[in-house]
Amino acid sequence: MLDKIQELGGGITDGLRGVGRVFFLFTDTVKWLFRSLPIFRVLLWQLYFIGVQSIPVIITTGAFTGLVLAYESYFQFQKLGVTSWVGPLVAVSLVSQLGPVLSGLMLAGRVGGAMAAELGTMAVTEQIDALETMGTDPVYYLVLPRVLASTLLAPLLNAFATFVGIAAGFTLTIYGLGVDPHFLFKETFKFLDWYDFLVGIVKAGVFGCVMSLICCYKGINTRGGAEGVGKATTEANVASCITILMLNLFLTMVLMLLDPFGGK
Amino acid sequence: MSQQTANIIEMKDVYKSFGTLHVLRGISLEVKKGETLVIIGQSGTGKSVTLRLMIGLLVQDSGDVFFEGNSVKDMDEFALVSMRKRMSMLFQGGALFDSLTVGENVAFGLRAQGEKDEAKIRSIVTERLGQVGLPGTEDKMPSELSGGMKKRAALARSIAEMPELILYDEPTTGLDPIMSDAIADLILETRAALKDMNVTSIVVTHDMHVATKTADRIVMLHGGNVVGEGPPEYFEEIRERDKNNLKSKQEEMIRQFVRGEAVGPIMPQTS
Ligand SMILES: Nc1ncnc2c1ncn2[C@@H]1O[C@H](COP(=O)(O)OP(=O)(O)OP(=O)(O)O)[C@@H](O)[C@H]1O
Ligand SMILES: [Mg+2]
Repeated sequence: MLDKIQELGGGITDGLRGVGRVFFLFTDTVKWLFRSLPIFRVLLWQLYFIGVQSIPVIITTGAFTGLVLAYESYFQFQKLGVTSWVGPLVAVSLVSQLGPVLSGLMLAGRVGGAMAAELGTMAVTEQIDALETMGTDPVYYLVLPRVLASTLLAPLLNAFATFVGIAAGFTLTIYGLGVDPHFLFKETFKFLDWYDFLVGIVKAGVFGCVMSLICCYKGINTRGGAEGVGKATTEANVASCITILMLNLFLTMVLMLLDPFGGK
Repeated sequence: MSQQTANIIEMKDVYKSFGTLHVLRGISLEVKKGETLVIIGQSGTGKSVTLRLMIGLLVQDSGDVFFEGNSVKDMDEFALVSMRKRMSMLFQGGALFDSLTVGENVAFGLRAQGEKDEAKIRSIVTERLGQVGLPGTEDKMPSELSGGMKKRAALARSIAEMPELILYDEPTTGLDPIMSDAIADLILETRAALKDMNVTSIVVTHDMHVATKTADRIVMLHGGNVVGEGPPEYFEEIRERDKNNLKSKQEEMIRQFVRGEAVGPIMPQTS
């Protein structure tokens, strides 16, 4: 029993230490951003890898989330006789919650894992040491382009997922379930305002930034050969997904306080 | 050999442990500007760790490491970068960037130092790859090369910018004997080519042929300390000396190591 508590305590201390180190990596990255522009070719490749190559995953995620939300809520609202409420439910939950969270989680899986594995392999094969001895800072050369590309592209990908989700959900509601589009849109615009979009974009940007920082941190600090790389990749995935979920609650609360429309 | 006797690197009473593993135990070492120092010693005695301390990739637990009289540990980021611009390191595993082509790898240091003239970069890359016996491999990816070819491409990268101090971590391990000899020649040639720069080389190796061929001075490490030091002739002399004429435990260790014998004061495996 005491062991378990001790273990938990150790886990929490490790976790906090990790948060501190990731934060330090963040300040270091920002410092480099203002010192010199990232190497264009490296940044371009990251923009392509994170942005363009994530589109299929993002479309699928958005579409199926929109569809299931519309389908499920339609039958619930039908009992209350307010089927046009499907519109605001699908739109609001996608714009401010599910869009950013799910696209963040998908990015953590697809992009974050690859980042941790790539940088982890570089770490265990002394490539990161080699960079340093050649007078190139690994944070500047490796971390900055990845974090910058993730932070810029996550909001865009989120917008994409959200748009596709709403379009899919509304299409199903109108053509499959026969709800009158006039009322559907009317109800939707009654509940949805520009601040919801802002919340979605801010969240997605924060998730993209934090996810890439965690994965880069895990990657560059990898030790212990191929096994170490596997471990770092798994840890990076788990840590970034959990962080996204926890940050989402925190950001939801904070951003609701700041809502000029007084929240919902 | 050297025009100057100033030490480019000095290690004083350096200790380094990893957890409970005490790798270096009070090692002291001087490297004179312009000399070629060869470090030999059993696998796991801390030869690579010693090189990493010199270039500031690791920090000692106690003691001092100086580069031209300045403590490496106390250097700020700027001083460290300018020190590293003057040295280069061939890593034991090569450490080629596997997302870049061989040519880009060799050019990396030149570009990092701000060389903009692409034609000049290209001609240096071609020349270096030719020197290590890999002509025409510029556009290959490292994954397309054999182990020994990777090693040589990495060697080309580490001599690309003609640094003042080159750290070679086992430049010939994994190469065939003929190629090993060619690499030993290349180390000598690099040094001759950089004569006016008075280049200093530190070569870590297990290969006694390479050691005696390239060294001005050989240092043998064992158990985290220096057990023997001298010109190659000294090591060769001990090698040939009769077993009963050895004056100390240290000499017994040297003899055992240079003869490559399993029986002696050095255990085949250290704890
Ligand atoms: N970063 C590190 N973390 C933990 N242990 C390390 C680290 N670097 C080296 N060691 C340990 O220190 C010891 C000395 O390592 P080092 O690489 O210097 O040996 P070496 O003399 O170069 O051997 P070899 O000839 O096999 O290359 C080894 O036991 C190694 O496991
Ligand atoms: Mg070694």
